[in-house]
Amino acid sequence: MSEQLALLPGYLTAHLQLTLLALLSSAAVSLPLGVAVTRVRWLEQPALGVAGVIQTIPSLALLAVMVPLLAALGLQSIGFLPAFIGLTLYGVLPMLRNTVTGIAGVDPAIREAARAVGMTPAQQLRRVELPLAMPVIVAGIRTATVWTVGIATLSTPVGATSLGNYIFSGLQTRNSTAVLVGCVAAAALAMLLDGLVRALETGVRTRRRRRVAVVVAAMAALYLYTGLTLAAPLLSRSGRPVTIGAKTFTEQYILAHLLGQWVERETGRPTTQRQSLGSMVAFDALAAGDIDVYVDYSGTLWANEMGRQTVGMDRATVLAEVRTFLADAHGIRVAATLGFENAYAVAMRARDADAMRLTRLSDLTPLAPGLSMGGDYEFFSRPEWVAIRDTYGLAFGEQRTMDPALMYQAVAQGAVDLISAFTTDGRISAFDLRVLEDDRAAIPPYDALILVSARLARDWPDVLVALARLDGAIDVDTMRRMNLDVDERGADPITVAADFLSGLSRARPAGETR
Amino acid sequence: MIELQHLTKRYGNQVAVRDLSLTVDEGELLVLLGGSGSGKTTTLKMINRLIEPSAGSVLVDGRDVAELAPHDLRRRIGYAFQQVGLFPHMTVAENIGITPALLGWTEDKLRRRVDELLALVELDPDETRDRRPDQLSGGQQQRVGVARALAARPRLMLLDEPFGALDPLTRHRLQESFVRIRRELGLTAVFVTHDMVEALVLGDRIAVLQAGRLVQVGTPRTLMREPANDYVRQLLDTPRREAQLVESLLAREGL
Repeated sequence: MSEQLALLPGYLTAHLQLTLLALLSSAAVSLPLGVAVTRVRWLEQPALGVAGVIQTIPSLALLAVMVPLLAALGLQSIGFLPAFIGLTLYGVLPMLRNTVTGIAGVDPAIREAARAVGMTPAQQLRRVELPLAMPVIVAGIRTATVWTVGIATLSTPVGATSLGNYIFSGLQTRNSTAVLVGCVAAAALAMLLDGLVRALETGVRTRRRRRVAVVVAAMAALYLYTGLTLAAPLLSRSGRPVTIGAKTFTEQYILAHLLGQWVERETGRPTTQRQSLGSMVAFDALAAGDIDVYVDYSGTLWANEMGRQTVGMDRATVLAEVRTFLADAHGIRVAATLGFENAYAVAMRARDADAMRLTRLSDLTPLAPGLSMGGDYEFFSRPEWVAIRDTYGLAFGEQRTMDPALMYQAVAQGAVDLISAFTTDGRISAFDLRVLEDDRAAIPPYDALILVSARLARDWPDVLVALARLDGAIDVDTMRRMNLDVDERGADPITVAADFLSGLSRARPAGETR
Repeated sequence: MIELQHLTKRYGNQVAVRDLSLTVDEGELLVLLGGSGSGKTTTLKMINRLIEPSAGSVLVDGRDVAELAPHDLRRRIGYAFQQVGLFPHMTVAENIGITPALLGWTEDKLRRRVDELLALVELDPDETRDRRPDQLSGGQQQRVGVARALAARPRLMLLDEPFGALDPLTRHRLQESFVRIRRELGLTAVFVTHDMVEALVLGDRIAVLQAGRLVQVGTPRTLMREPANDYVRQLLDTPRREAQLVESLLAREGL
């Protein structure tokens, strides 16, 4: 619990940065645009129309679509920028619509009087229209504020740190405390910011100078804090931290913390984590230098990045060609092979496997139509699935996509007959499952590799050397045990990683390389 | 003082005001009289450019109003209308002092002027100046509206049925107050109404409009003696007809 809470200041600060800056840019766009729309009649339809369409895009999708969009423009494609742009766009509709409605809703008689007493159009806006429209405009700002705080939690998968990190990793590692901390913190932040905006509005409307001053000071303090924390890494003496990426499953969280702690210990450099990234997002981020290190698997790269045929490939060939491809096409270096393989597998209850006399995937072919299979969010869109399906001619009666954290319970309880599993998942033995043998070698080997970006290899050779010392450091049983500790016994990935490393340093004094 | 020269206002295919020419002499109150759709309000609003003419021009003191910036023009002309349009987020004092404030008067000067005007429109300054408009009655609101129109000492005032929404007693009181104020300040005024009695009581001259055209302009006496057409005659006869009706009703009751 305390390791989780130690992350709170960092996540909260990041969340605050995202929210405050997105709200600022949203307001900077929406409020002037809203005023312009009330002055130029024909603007109303297109402006409100576009904003409305943006709103209908599910927020997660909007954030996600920023990734390829920005990459195509050659900009930072994961992390702060896509989240910031997505959040800004989302805040536009409530602010814009309320600005237009608020101003248009001013009594025409009052408008006429404002002109008749001799106000210029600017004076009419400033002295009459805006003050009278203010309650409606502020309601729009409050809506946008609360929405932005909430949607910012979805920035985690696009690589931007936020309170969503608690929620995503907590869901994955079934740490309900983490999920709760994330939710409560986000809600509290939303209420705080909403309260500040409301207090500002009533203070201005009822002309309470002191209240307005206090609120403005509080907001200025928040923005100042945001600015300073954003600038800090640029100004700090220790320079840019080493950024470690992690995909969305337990093993990745453990390994990311492990690598982070190892690098900090061996090189003294600060590290930071970017967790819960999708596979493709993680790779693209490494290629673009938005993250510096992460663990991927040879088979994954072979099938997805290189688009190669997976059937009948041997370990050495795959490894060699992956290495070459990474270096030639992206400048990415393989710092070390960790020493275990985590392959896709098809698993079922051992009891059922015995009853149906299934030991190999070929045995499954005639029985498939009567069986149901569950996979995680990525599995059924991956080439490996296509390879398995086509090699063995599998046509399942039902295919379901499920949350990876729930898959094992699902198969154990019989909700599905088979699931896609990872061979290092400790839950395979914990739930008494049997992995069916890939007898026709439909899918390639999946050696775990530490990948580093071209930039890291060039600028931080000491980190590369330190990572190389981890070659062969983790065998498959150890990885399974660590996964089991987190998934079944509720241990924290940070602690599990630390325990492993303290055991490691006893076996490997510094300076030894394999 | 004011010259309307061949004023025309078109909205698409509709013509609201058609080739209207009129003069208003210094110090007189000219009533623009007519039914709804006669173009009287449109004409009034073309004087302070709340509406821009499609053709023709307006001269005030010999100068074409189109030469001035609209807001400059309007700061020299007082304007009061039926809905009053007091600014709900400002106090009475701030409402009244708005045009002088736009002109950059000092706080002191403003305060004194506001109190002066409140007294002029027969409202208690101490009681009224810090009130909000929604705390005033209809009659009080319109008095504030008139005060606001007079704040920057305009020599010309435009009024669009300012007392139309008020009950008869309040209306008469305000009409009397307005007559007194106009005389005290030597104001020139153009007053739109469809109320015949009001026109006869307030107007030095009456301009009768029908379907956007000027039918006749002259003193009440001239219009009654020599109406230009049936419409004018019936209009001017209305008060007498109504009075006769009231008399016969009262006679029936034995009053």
